[in-house]
This record gives sequence, structure tokens and C-alpha cells, in this order.
Amino acid sequence: MSDAKRRSPAARRKKVRLTLVLCGTLFLAAATALTLSALQENVTFFFGPSEVAEGKVPEGATFRIGGLVEVGSCHIREDGVTREFRITDGSNAVLVTYAGLLPSLFRDGQGVVALGQLDTGHSTFVAKEVLAKHDETYMPTEVVEAMKRAGTWKGDESVAEIQASGTADPCKAKA
Amino acid sequence: MIAELGHYALTLALGVALVQAILPMLGAARGDMQWMGVAVPTALVQFALLMFAFLALMHAYVTSDFSVLNVVANSHSLKPMLYKISGVWGNHEGSLLLWVAVMALFGALVAIFGRNLPPGLKARTLSIQATITVGFLLFMILTSNPFERVFPAPLEGQDLNPLLQDPGLAFHPPMLYIGYVGLSIVFSFACAALIEGKVDAAWARWVRPWTLLAWSFLTGGIALGSWWAYYELGWGGFWFWDPVENASFMPWLVATAMLHSAIVVEKRDTLKSWTILLAIIGFSLSLIGTFLVRSGVLTSVHAFASDPERGVFILMLLAVSIGGSFALYAWRAPSLSGGGLFRPISREGALVLNNLLLTTAAATVLLGTLYPLFLELLTNDKISVGPPFFNATFVPIMIPLFVALGVGPFLPWKRGDLTPVLRLLITAFVFAVVVTVLAGIVIWGQQAYALLGIAVSAWLVGSVVTEIYRRIRPTRSIGFGQAFGRLLNLPRAAWGMSAAHFGIAIVVAGATGASLLTTEKIEAIRIGQTVEVAQFDFTLTGVTQVPGPNYTATRGEFTVTPRDSGTDQSFTLKAENRQFLSNGQVTTEAAIRSASWYDLYAVLGEPVGQGRYTVRLYFKPLVPWMWAGAIFMVIGGLLSLSDRRLRVGAPKRSAAVINSTPDAPSPSAHPAE
Repeated sequence: MSDAKRRSPAARRKKVRLTLVLCGTLFLAAATALTLSALQENVTFFFGPSEVAEGKVPEGATFRIGGLVEVGSCHIREDGVTREFRITDGSNAVLVTYAGLLPSLFRDGQGVVALGQLDTGHSTFVAKEVLAKHDETYMPTEVVEAMKRAGTWKGDESVAEIQASGTADPCKAKA
Repeated sequence: MIAELGHYALTLALGVALVQAILPMLGAARGDMQWMGVAVPTALVQFALLMFAFLALMHAYVTSDFSVLNVVANSHSLKPMLYKISGVWGNHEGSLLLWVAVMALFGALVAIFGRNLPPGLKARTLSIQATITVGFLLFMILTSNPFERVFPAPLEGQDLNPLLQDPGLAFHPPMLYIGYVGLSIVFSFACAALIEGKVDAAWARWVRPWTLLAWSFLTGGIALGSWWAYYELGWGGFWFWDPVENASFMPWLVATAMLHSAIVVEKRDTLKSWTILLAIIGFSLSLIGTFLVRSGVLTSVHAFASDPERGVFILMLLAVSIGGSFALYAWRAPSLSGGGLFRPISREGALVLNNLLLTTAAATVLLGTLYPLFLELLTNDKISVGPPFFNATFVPIMIPLFVALGVGPFLPWKRGDLTPVLRLLITAFVFAVVVTVLAGIVIWGQQAYALLGIAVSAWLVGSVVTEIYRRIRPTRSIGFGQAFGRLLNLPRAAWGMSAAHFGIAIVVAGATGASLLTTEKIEAIRIGQTVEVAQFDFTLTGVTQVPGPNYTATRGEFTVTPRDSGTDQSFTLKAENRQFLSNGQVTTEAAIRSASWYDLYAVLGEPVGQGRYTVRLYFKPLVPWMWAGAIFMVIGGLLSLSDRRLRVGAPKRSAAVINSTPDAPSPSAHPAE
């Protein structure tokens, strides 16, 4: 303690600065470690329906799937709560089930992105969330990506097709 | 005609901004008072011109002038007036006009209220502010002109996205921008100080009101947006770690750090480089946020339609301003003289910890936000980084911060001892433990993680109350009556701090309740059927069609009865699904009933055959506290702002005032108050 009084102000200032820098670096290191480990476990990948059909999805992974809602494929099941629909990228389609209310922007022929997992039979995608994030033109980039990966994206022509289907009704109950 | 005048005003503003950017800076370098004096009138003229342009655009919207392209794309004659007005800033071009208008507003405010600022600092600050405005004005005039005409004029507009036709969202952008863009003036002050080579207590005192103003509005703007998402999007979520939400949150975290750091500069003349750096980082994050929203790299209900030209321009703007300011910092920061020393356990030490944790949090949010973009650039993998990542990183950083927040205000400056402080806080600690145990009993069976949030919240509340108590009754010799008198005479800044810290405490509680303690029921029921949600019975009593101004609604009525009090305590909830006439889009209007400590939330879905409707019902404990807490924080910020000691013009007191009471106005306080 009395040692510190004998050091010059400049030296003490240097010590304070050094301590601060060390603390800061420690924090940064801890935060980086935390962040990197969190990134590894918590990043969600995206796959298009064709990639799902080809079996490219890692076992048991939670991922996002994007595409267009296949026209006429949306139904509400008997329990009144579960919705099912097929999501397509123009060359393959995957059956998706979702328990809950679909977003009001959800329509046949429109782009949709869903978050969830494949069921054990690998045939149905059980969605935890159905995302309706649209910008002014109602075309999520993920949907464009899925169609590009499948080779079915036709640029402006596709956009026009999609926007033309925008007035369809949402899901109907199974007869 | 008015649109043309507005357009002209916009271009004139560019010219004025150029003059304001160049002359005062040169004048300050040369010591030329006349050139420096150019800053004030140009700032005022620029504001007048941009305000005129903004009002001109508003006029076009209000009169539904469909010969203006911007109005056609975003408005509709049947829209209610409030949304015609808010539609002005509900699109890319209009919101940019709001942006530059707010930048000019802050410049004008500094010009008017900064009469006691040293002329060099004022000139340089206004000059830098104008430089940034020049960049944005060029961007607007070259790529995003709101006054473009369309010929022939269509008979009707394409309407504003119905999701945006909402009172909460009408005010969200202006509030957010006053916060977001308000950080620009702090940035300008920081750069000016760097150029001058001098950062001292006086600078910190001048900067603090602007930071407080920007911070308060940013808090309010973010809270409004969050509240809107809660009631509009239909499932009671309030924060999605959406990149655009993060774009407003990161500047908030940095602004909070900066606010506290500036206190240290003012009181102890140290931590200067850090404060300046935070000021630069804060606004840089605002600019990055602008880029994310407007460049098209993201899809979001917030994002404006993509246009590569705009993206490239903003990126250049970013490179120049962020690159330039960091280069300036690297060049000049070493010459800032060091100030007071302090030991780790001290109020400075606590504020340094506060800084470190907040900036680390901001950095992890930045990483999580940008990581998908970079990865996509490099590998073409499309990934998303969402709530799981942020919950895993942000929460562990915030918990130590909140714990330390309880202790920090008690530590003395320069050198403190932890033991007596902890002894003071025993009551708060015991309170936290008791509340947590009680909460544990109440929520038995639900998420245990929620207890952590409740514990932290109770700890903070206990600490705030203890702090006020210690301030008014530091020793037992002061009686309770006397202490109460002291309570009324506490400086506003003290109240501001307590209110803001109390606010964050109950926001934490609210967020815990909203995220972890919600009861959700999704069922398909007929009219007359009842669903049990926590301790309430929801009965669907009817579904009817109701017309609105520019939509038709399907309305579901629920009678809600608390199970243990019987039907005399029942009330009705009405949920709607609105279909808009202009484009057929449907929005969900949830029915929300707020009590003092919980919300009941009901959403009507579509008919699903056999006379049934899907309904989504929620019991959400503690959620109203989130909004209440945010209000406390905003009030706290504004209270601190109104404290006379922090006014821009009151650094000196004359001898006559020294003998009077602390709250008497100083004769040298600037005239506008």
C-alpha cells in the first residue's frame, strides 16, 4: 500500500491501464469462447425441399426449410389444430405439419419458411415455427435460394407467378 | 407544386449542409471566428429546409396526392388519417427524410442551446454533423428521392402494409430515430473533441444531456416496437433477435455504456478514450443498422425492398464515416491526457465493469447478427442465428451485470471497500432470497430457469430501495420524518438513476415471465365451448362479421371467468381478423386484457369444419411489467435530463448562488429554460 504511494503517477496510471487491458482481454476471451461454443450448437441450417428429399439433412437436426406452398395441399386435420401442407421448390415437395395457427400471410403458392425437424420416418417435417417474414415484395430470400438450388428459379417470371397467386384462401378443413 | 417545393428544399439543404460541413471546420482550424460563426445559422437554416421538405411530403400523403410516386406506393385514400401521416415514414424514402430531418434537428438544438459551448467545439461538432447529413442527402437525392412524380397519376395508391397501420407502430419510427439519430450528435461531439485534442470534464458535461436524450428516446422506441410485436403478431412474442431488432439494440447497449462512462469522465476526469470510443461505436452501429435494413441483405417485415445500388451507396457511406472516425480515434486518442487513478474496487471500477459487460454484449449481438451474412458470402450456406444462440450468450453476460448493478452505486469513488457495502445490501439480498423462494412455490413445476430472472429482479429492486434509503437516512441519528423531507429534496439525477435502475429490474421480471412462465392453449372449439387456461375459463360466445374503415373483420367474442371467483367477475375479450379491402391482406388483432401483474391473450383462428374455430389462448404473468419497466427507464432518463446540473449552459456558478439552496436556479443558466 505504501509502495504504491512511492510510485510516480505515470507509473500508477500505466499499471491501471495494464490491469484494464488484461481484464478486457480476459472478458473478450471468455466472451469469444462462450460465443463460439454457442454458435456451434445453436446455428440453424437451411435446406430446400429437394435437398431434404435427397437426404442431405443431418440426423435429428433442427433446421429451416423454405419453398412455395403447393397449391391445394393445405389442410386442417380432424383435431382442428394441426395444419398440414406441402412445401415445394418446383421439383420436390415435402409434407409439413404444424400445430397452431398459420400466419395470416400464409397462402397457397406463396413463399414460406418453417423451422423444425424431420420426424423419425424422415417423411414429414414437423414445424415448430412457420415464418412469415416478408419484405415489401413478399418474397423471402430463403425461398428464392431453395428454388435456385433446385434449379427451378426463373427470376422475374417466378416472382410474377407467385404474386399472382396471392389472393388464394388459407387452409381448409379436410372434408 | 408543394412536392416540387419540398424537392427544392431538399436540394437546398444539401447545399447548406455542404457549407456547414466545410466552413466551420476550416474556421476552427484557422481560429477564424467569422467562419466558425457560420455553423449556427447554417444549422438553423438546414433544419428549417428539411422540416419544410418533410412537411411537404406529409402534405402529399394527407391529401392523397397520387402523382407523387412515394404516395402511390405506400398510401390509400381510405386509410385513416393517422396512418396517412405515419405512412410518411413507413417506407424507405420517407423514413430517410425523417432521418435527415432529425439529424438537422439535433444540429439546430446544439446551435440554439449550445450558447455556452466553446466556439471551436461547437463549430467542429456542427460541421461533422453536417458532413454526415451531406452523405445521407446525397444518398436520398441520387437514389431514394421521395418527391419523384409519376405520370399519369393512378387513381388509387397501393396502401401501406396493414401490419404497419397501427398506433404503436405509427410512433415507433420517430421515437426510434430521435434515439438512433440522436447518437449522431454525440458522435459529432466526440469527433470534434478528438480533432481538438481535448477531452475533459466540461466536455462530458456538455455531452451528457444529448446522450440522455438520445438514450431515453431509443429506449422508448425499442420498447414501442417490442410492444407492437407483442400485441400485433399474434403469439405474444416480444423479441425475436431479428437482425433489425438487433440493429437498434446494439446502439442502445453501447449508448448505455457511454452514458455511464461519461459520468466517470465528468467526475474523475478518466476513462476518456473509452468514452470517446463508445460514442463513435454507438453511432457506427446505428449506421450499420441502417445498412442492414435498407440494403436488401435481410428479409424481414422491417426490411425495405432490396436494391443493390442503395446497398453499395450505404456501404460506401459506412466505410467513410466509420473508417474515418476510427482512423481519427487511432490518430488522436493517444494524445488524450490520462486523468484520475482508481483502484479496482471503486465506483470507477464498477463502471468499468459495466462498460466491459455492455460492450461485450453488444459485440456478441453484432457477431450473431453478422455471422449468417458473412457465412453466406463465403460458403453459400444459408444459416440463421436466432434466439437459442442469443439466449446462450447474451443472458450469461447480463446476469453478472445485473448483480454488479446492485452493488455499484454504493461504492465510493477512487477507492472502496467491498465488505461494508455488502453489509448494507444484506436486506436486499434477503429480500431477493425470500421472493425467489416464494416464486419457486408459486411456479412449482414450471421452468426453474425463471427463478434466476426473478432473483435478479428482486435483488435489483432491493438494491435500488436500499440506495434511496441510505441517501436520505445515512445515519441512525436522522429521524424518519427528517429523512422523508430529504427524500423530496433529492436531486433529480438521483431520482433518474433510481427510476431507470428500477425500470430495468422490472423489465427483467417481465421478460422472465413472458419467455418462461406463459401458459398456452391451442384448441379447436365450437361456439359455447370452454377452454381452461391457468386459473381462467375462456368461453367462445360468438363469431360475427364487423366492417371497419378500410377492412372487414371477423370478430370472435370470449367470455373469460376467473375460476375461483365465479361469473360476476367475468369480462369479455374480442379478437379480430381483419381483411383489408385494398389488397386482401389479413391481419390478426389479438384480444389482450392487462391486469396489474398478468396479461390474458386470445387469438381467433379460421373455421376448421364442424362449426369449430381454432383459438390460441394465453395466460402471461408479469408481462405488463415489461412495458411499465420501460416507461420507468424513459422517465428516469428524462428526469436526469431535467436536472439543472446537467444543462449544457450551466458549468459555472456565480458567488451569489453558492450560499443558496442546491436547487436554486443559477443566474448563469442559459436563457431558454
